[in-house]
Amino acid sequence: MEGITLFSGLWFVLVAVLIAGYFILDGFDLGAGVLYPFIAKTKTEKAIVRRSIGPVWDGNEVWLITAGGALFAAFPPAYATTFSGFYLAVMLVLFGLIVRAVSLEYRVHDDKWGGAWNACFFIGSLLPALLFGVAIGNVFAGIPMNSNGDYTGIPLLGLVTPFTLATGVLGLLMFMSAGATWIAQKAPKPSDIQARAAKLRIPLQIITLVVFLAVTVLALFVVNPPMMAELAIVRYALAALFLVVLIAAIFFGKKGNDLWAFLTQSASAFVLVLLFAASMFPNFVNATEGTAITIANAANSEYTLMWMTIITCIGLPLVLFYHFIIYRTFRGRLGDEDLDY
Amino acid sequence: MDILSDVAVLSRIQFAATAAFHFFFVPLSIGLGLILAINETRYYKTRDPKDAAATKLWVKIFTATFVVGVATGITMEFAFGANWANYSRFVGDIFGAPLAAEALLSFFLESVFLGVLVFGRKKVSPKFFMVSAWLVWFASMLSALWILLANSWMQTPAGAELQGGRAVLVDFFAAALNPSLFARYTHTVNAVLIMGAFFAMSVAAWFFIKNRNEGFALKTMRIGATVAIVTSCLMLVFAHASGVVVANEQPTKMAMMEGAYETEASPLYLFGWVDEANGTTSGLKIPGATSFLATGDWNAALPGLNDLAQDPRYGGNFKPEELPVNLVFQTYHIMLAMYLLILLSAILAIIFSFGKGKIKDMKWLQRLLFIAPVFPFLAIQTGWITAEVGRQPWVVYPGTSSPAGVSQLTSDGISMSLSSVELLITLLLFLVVYTFLFVAWARMMSRFIKAGPLAEDEVVAELKGGE
Repeated sequence: MEGITLFSGLWFVLVAVLIAGYFILDGFDLGAGVLYPFIAKTKTEKAIVRRSIGPVWDGNEVWLITAGGALFAAFPPAYATTFSGFYLAVMLVLFGLIVRAVSLEYRVHDDKWGGAWNACFFIGSLLPALLFGVAIGNVFAGIPMNSNGDYTGIPLLGLVTPFTLATGVLGLLMFMSAGATWIAQKAPKPSDIQARAAKLRIPLQIITLVVFLAVTVLALFVVNPPMMAELAIVRYALAALFLVVLIAAIFFGKKGNDLWAFLTQSASAFVLVLLFAASMFPNFVNATEGTAITIANAANSEYTLMWMTIITCIGLPLVLFYHFIIYRTFRGRLGDEDLDY
Repeated sequence: MDILSDVAVLSRIQFAATAAFHFFFVPLSIGLGLILAINETRYYKTRDPKDAAATKLWVKIFTATFVVGVATGITMEFAFGANWANYSRFVGDIFGAPLAAEALLSFFLESVFLGVLVFGRKKVSPKFFMVSAWLVWFASMLSALWILLANSWMQTPAGAELQGGRAVLVDFFAAALNPSLFARYTHTVNAVLIMGAFFAMSVAAWFFIKNRNEGFALKTMRIGATVAIVTSCLMLVFAHASGVVVANEQPTKMAMMEGAYETEASPLYLFGWVDEANGTTSGLKIPGATSFLATGDWNAALPGLNDLAQDPRYGGNFKPEELPVNLVFQTYHIMLAMYLLILLSAILAIIFSFGKGKIKDMKWLQRLLFIAPVFPFLAIQTGWITAEVGRQPWVVYPGTSSPAGVSQLTSDGISMSLSSVELLITLLLFLVVYTFLFVAWARMMSRFIKAGPLAEDEVVAELKGGE
């Protein structure tokens, strides 16, 4: 492809992988936060939900920081345009993540403000879980930009359309399904909360399927931004694969195989990000006015990208190793002794 | 100029305020990370349940502080793209990489092993637990390196060229090891270790004052005093190195620090006042001392702002009477004054906490050390104001040895898509959310410290099954 070099192409893929890693990992803990007030009735059940993500949520969130950093480091115009163009939405996500982080650490020590912390955990999970999908819908459908790449539409409200709302809801449902499958395989079994999560995951996944089909129809026949024709076959294959994997997750959930239900749910999240990447390539932000932000016009110098690739080759194996350690240390279902920490 | 409608001014206020808030929690958590790791190492050697109880208290204090630092740190990463889009486009080839590296190489390490510290006492071996404590601290020190690398590059750009209207990396090592990196990194991390040591001493002093947990208080005081005296003495070296770099690379900042409008042998003021309108500075001073510190020669002339404004490198971009000279002058001198109080407190603490531990009966010293964290706190905040206001009006400073053209005025770095209304909304939200965070954090600290380390039988019950 014209204007795409070895390293800039590689970094498009790496940014997609980081987003996928984030969508899978923070996906289940954001989802757990969205389900928190509905699924956890008693104080103990609330503690189970929080404890189930306690040792891992912070590391999971670092995937977002890394994805943001990588976008800045590899394609600064894409980072600058989206973060400044979606300013108020970005700030809402930010405030959500802030109060959520603090609520997760403080709630256990603070019964007096328990209600406020519970609310912070829920709202702080809901805002990012909904708004990420809205942002994705916007970069796909396209935004108006000037020649400098600055968003020229109406702040915040200009970003809300039926299509971007639909992608927001699709994202939210993916997060909630991930949260339900996570809790179902992490909570003590048998327990009320485990049963509730297990029961909830299947309708959530079925609604996800329906909304996915609706978003696909809207994307192809209503929004219809420029997509690379050569990748059409890949997109259809990925869409089909998404359906297959999600149906497999439903199947595992029905059979009560909680771990595999969670793993296949996670795989479906990965496939969905790949599908999104294949729908965008080689663009980062589509334009309804002005010029799209693409790999070719946004990529940093090959020299910088080469150094970042070297840093990644050192860092990524370490990161995967840490994740192995932490998930292994805290593997298996929670027991009573885990709630006293 | 109406401040409330000026996007550049509002963006600066928002960045400065959120960075200052963030950098209250970061020094505390990096500093306390060291105290925590030292304490856990003691437990690893003694296996005294009292030491495990102390670790547990430090983990709680550390985590409650760390999490606010993490949460408010996301603000900083988002702010570059959100509020400083043109800056991000200009420096993106260089500035993004250290941020990405920080996340990849430091944040994952830190967050994963903090999970072990909070939840893992019963699940991992004592050695694994101790190593985790050191890894969390190491990761936070490494994280500071990446951020200081990025920040130092803004102060003293290197290894880059101006190509197509933006800074492009041409020499990785020259950019990474830019002229101010070493001095500014050591200066900063040393300051945050002082902060942690003073906080630990303050906690210890509180227990002395309340006549509680004397054993814990004395151990903590000794750890804190040891770290405090070592870092306070090292500070002389690192701070001096920082000053020399500023004098060599950032002459306008140096001139603002001592209120020097004329080119002459520069005095060191003990205190004073800058009359910005008339371009004069008055106060109590040691003649030639700043020149001596910067060059080794009492009579060396350092360039003043009036001459620098004529210098082609800086000229045309500022008028001496419009620079915030008094702010830089005052914050710099407050920092120096705070350092003297830090040094004095550290000396008193080390003398009276070792040996027989006379501090146990010295109420006045206990009270002094209880409030003493204010000194490093103010020194850190004012030091950063000196560093960042002192580089104005540039966001990327045209340093003496910097490549030609690789500089940007702060007002050119903003996001053009933002309106002042959006900024006023988010400023208000930050005010509300950050006030809430601070109150919540302070409550948590007071609660943890008042509860103190667990009693011995509780600790034994806690540890059961862990080994």
